Amino acid sequence: MLIFELSRPGRKNLAQAPAAQPEANDIPAHLRRGDKPLLPEVSEMDAVRHYTRLSQKNFSIDTHFYPLGSCTMKYNPRGAHQQAMLPQFLARHPLAPEATGQGVLACLYELQEMLKDVTGMAGVSLTPMAGAQGEFAGVAMIRAYHDSRNDAARTEMLVPDAAHGTNPASAVMCGYTVREIPTDRDGNVDLEALRAAVGPQTAGLMLTNPSTLGVFEKNIREIQQIVHRAGGLSYYDGANLNAILGRVKPGDMGFDVIHVNLHKTFSTPHGGGGPGSGPVGVSERLLPFLPIPVVAFESGRYRLVTEKDLPQSIGRLSGFMGNTGILLRAYSYARILGAEGMRRVADFATLNANYLMAELGEAGFDIAFPERRASHEFIITLKGLKEQTGVSAMDVAKRLLDKGFHAPTTYFPMLVPECLLIEPTETESKQTLDAFVAALKEILDEAHASPELVKTAPHTMPVRRLDDVKAARELDLVWKKA
Amino acid sequence: MPFIPHTEEDIQAMLASIGAASVEDLFDEIPAALRADRLVSVLPALNEMAAGRLMQERAEQDGRYLNFIGAGAYEHHIPAAVWQIAGRGEFYTAYTPYQAEASQGTLQLLYEFQTMMASLTGMDISNTSLYDGASGLAEAVLMAVRAHKSARRVLVPAAVHPIWRQVADALVKNQGIALVPVPYRTGGGDTVAEALKRFEGEDFAALVIQQPNFFGVLEEVDELADWAHSQGMLVIGAVNPISLGMLKAPGQWGSKGADIAVGEGQPLGAPLSSGGPYFGFLCCKQALVRQMPGRIVGRTVDMDGKPGFCLTLQAREQHIRRAKATSNICTNQGLMATAATVHLALLGLEGLERVAAACHANTRMLVEQACLIAGVERAFPHPFFHEVVITFDIPVADVLRALEAQGILGGLDLTPWYPELGNALLVCATETKTPEDIRKFLENLERIVSRRSSGTACTRLKPGATSKW
Repeated sequence: MLIFELSRPGRKNLAQAPAAQPEANDIPAHLRRGDKPLLPEVSEMDAVRHYTRLSQKNFSIDTHFYPLGSCTMKYNPRGAHQQAMLPQFLARHPLAPEATGQGVLACLYELQEMLKDVTGMAGVSLTPMAGAQGEFAGVAMIRAYHDSRNDAARTEMLVPDAAHGTNPASAVMCGYTVREIPTDRDGNVDLEALRAAVGPQTAGLMLTNPSTLGVFEKNIREIQQIVHRAGGLSYYDGANLNAILGRVKPGDMGFDVIHVNLHKTFSTPHGGGGPGSGPVGVSERLLPFLPIPVVAFESGRYRLVTEKDLPQSIGRLSGFMGNTGILLRAYSYARILGAEGMRRVADFATLNANYLMAELGEAGFDIAFPERRASHEFIITLKGLKEQTGVSAMDVAKRLLDKGFHAPTTYFPMLVPECLLIEPTETESKQTLDAFVAALKEILDEAHASPELVKTAPHTMPVRRLDDVKAARELDLVWKKA
Repeated sequence: MPFIPHTEEDIQAMLASIGAASVEDLFDEIPAALRADRLVSVLPALNEMAAGRLMQERAEQDGRYLNFIGAGAYEHHIPAAVWQIAGRGEFYTAYTPYQAEASQGTLQLLYEFQTMMASLTGMDISNTSLYDGASGLAEAVLMAVRAHKSARRVLVPAAVHPIWRQVADALVKNQGIALVPVPYRTGGGDTVAEALKRFEGEDFAALVIQQPNFFGVLEEVDELADWAHSQGMLVIGAVNPISLGMLKAPGQWGSKGADIAVGEGQPLGAPLSSGGPYFGFLCCKQALVRQMPGRIVGRTVDMDGKPGFCLTLQAREQHIRRAKATSNICTNQGLMATAATVHLALLGLEGLERVAAACHANTRMLVEQACLIAGVERAFPHPFFHEVVITFDIPVADVLRALEAQGILGGLDLTPWYPELGNALLVCATETKTPEDIRKFLENLERIVSRRSSGTACTRLKPGATSKW
C-alpha cells in the first residue's frame, strides 16, 4: 500500500498547518499554480503508521549484521546523533554571522585538526558532501596544481582496475581521461604496468589502500614514487581507512591528497544511501587549492576561510558548509574514541576480518588471497560452488537474508569471479561472527543438497527476488492514479 | 573499549584461530617504516556523558536568534514525527538499498518521494535526490549539455543564487563547460527579454530560470521558457519546493514546460543546521531519463508477481559504467529524502498550500511595514514569494549588527554579492514568524534606522502603521 492509496480527498492534518490566508492578490494569476500537486491527504497517525511499517521492511545496522565490504557498516552511536540534533545547532542559519556560530565552528575546527593528524596531511577541508565529491575535490586540486604550473600536457589519470567506480567517474568529471592499471596475482598494483603507463601525460594516480581486494599495497612507497618521478601527484582514496586508522598515516607514505569517508570510518549513519561526508586532506603543495570554506582559528576566534584568503581554491562544492550535521556526528564520535580508541578501531576491524577469513577458510570456502593478511575486509570466491552446484554468489547473498544477515558486497571487485567482499567491522562480537560463519556453512550444505532452495532465495523477506529487467524496460518511476 | 565488544577471552580465541600471536602481527604486511607511532592532535577520549556536556555547552554558546535570513536556506516548522521516523534505526542505519528484498522500506519510500517531487515540479520523473540544490544545479547543467550534444555553454542569469552559480561553475568548468551570465534588469531585479536578445542565434545548451530568483523576485517564467525553447535550448527551472504550493510548477512554464527542474530540498524537513545535510532534488521530462544522474527507484514485480521496488537504470551509474557514467555521484541524501517524504505526507496538499501562503503573507506584511520607515525602500517593485530586497541609506552591516545585539538576525547583507545595489538587505519571513516577531523586527529596525540616518533623526513610523500589526 502506497501513501497515495491511503489518501482521501479532503482529509486534512491541520496540526501541521499554519492558519489559512486570504488570497495572495499581489501575485498575478499567470505565475500562480493552477493544478493541485499529488500529495497525500492523510491523518498524522496514518502517516506515522505507514512510515513506521515501511521502516520495518528494512535491514539496518541497528537490526542486523551488515558485512558489506568496503562500506564499513559499523555501529552508529546514538549519542552522536543526539548531540548533533541539539536545538541550537539545528536552528543556526548557515549565513548567520560567525560570531553566532563559535560553538559549531569550534567543533568543525577541531575535527579538521584531528583529521589532519590521522591522515598525516598538512590541511583539511570538510566541505565535500560524500566520498565521490571528496574524490572530485582531490582530482580537481591535482588539476589546479598542474594548471598553476602551466603544465597542460597532463591529461591522464591512472586508476587501478580494482578501484571503486567512483574513481574513474570522478576523474572524468574533472576532464581527465582514465587509464586502468592492472592488478598482479597477489592483489597488488602491477608495478611493471604502472612504470610503463606513467609519463609526461600523467596527472596522477588514484589509489585505494588497503585496496578493495582487502590487502595492503606492499609496494605503496614505490608506487607513489613512480608517479611522483613522472611528475604526477598521488591520490589516496581513504574508503578503507578503517583498516589503518591511527596506525598508518597516508601523509607519511608521501601522498598528496586523500579523502576520508566519515560515514564509514567515523561512524556517521548511512541513512539508506546518504548523507555521506568526504573531507579532503592535502600535502603542503596543494594547500592553496583546498575547497572553501575551511575553518580557521585566529586570535581566539573561529572564522570561515573564503576565496579572499584562498584565491587559487578549486571553489565551493556545496551551497554552504558541506553536511555540517554529519560533521558534528563525526566530531562527537572522534571525541568519544580519543587517540587510543582510534587505534583500537583498526586493531579490532583487522582482528575481526582475519578471524572471519580463517573461520570461513576452515569451513571450506575459497579465500581469494589466502597467502595475504586480510586488512579490515577480504574476499571469498564461489566460482567452485557455482561450477559444482549452479549456485552463484548472488544466490548465496540472497539466502543469507533468510538467515538474518545482510549480504556482503557481491560481484565487486570485478576481478574476482563470483566473489563476496566481506567486512565485519570492529563493532561486531565474536558470537555474531560465529553465527555468520554457521549460516554460510548451512548455505553451503543447502547448495549441495537442495540447490533450488538457494537459487530461489530469499523466501522470508517482504518480497521475493525482483524482476529488475522489467523494472528497467517498463519504467514505473512515479505512481499515477488508476 | 568504546563500541568494541571483545572480551580478553574472545581476543585470545580469535588470535588462536588465525594463528597469530598478537593483534600487532596482523599488521605485519605493512612496512615497518610506515607504522605511525602516535596521534598528536586527537583529543583525549570522553565518555558519552562528557561529550554530551561539551556539545551542549557549544550549542548553548551559539544561542538562539530570531532569524529573518533566507537566501537559499529557510526556517520552517518541522513536525515532530518527521525526525522521530527518519531517526528510526531502520532508516537511519540502513545502507543504500542494493539488496532490494531487504530494503523494501527505503525503496518504497523513495518511490513515494519520486512521485511527490515529480508532481510538485510538474515533471514526469524524479531521481531519489542529490547532495544539495547548488550541486544539483551543476548536475542539471551537465544533463543539459549531454542532451544537447553540440553546445557546451549554459545561460545562467545573475539573479540566480550567487553561491549556486559558484558551485555549479566549480563542478562543471573542468569539462570545458561555461556558465554565461545574463544581467538582471536594473531597478527590476528580474531577467528580461532585452537581456537575452544578445544571445539569440548562439549555441547554448540551456537557460537556467530560478523562480523565485535570488532576490525573491518572481520571473516571467512563461516568456523566458518560450524564448529558450525557440532558441533550441533546454529550460532548467530552479525552484523552491515550498513555493510550489502557490506558484506555477516548472512543468507548466510556457507552452512546453521546463525540461529539467532542480532545487534545494532543505525547506522540506531539513533543519537549517549551519548548512547541511540538505538534499537536492532533480526532476525531468521522460525523454531525458537516461541523462539523469543519481539513483532512481522503479516499481516492478517479484518472482511470484507481487509488486515490489528496486533501484533501476543502474547502467547510467558509476558502479556499472565507471568512466562512462552520467555522474560520479554514488550516494543520494537518502535520510534527508526520507525526512522530506514524511514531511510532505504530514503537510499534505492543504498543509503545503497553507505554508506557502503564510510565508508569502508574513513577508508581505514585513516588507509593507518596513517600507513605511523613512530611509527603507524596496529595491524592486515586482511580485515576490517569501523574500524581498530592501535598501537603506546607511550601511547594511551597521543595521544587522544593531539587530543582532537585540537577538535578531535581520537578513543577508547583499553588499558583498551585489555591490551595485547599494545598501541592500535580503529579508525573509517564513510561516514560523508570528506577528509579534515581525513587530519586534520592525520596531528595532525603525529605531536603528532613525538613529543612524543622517538628517532624519526624528524619523518614526508613519501614523497608522502600527494598527496593521
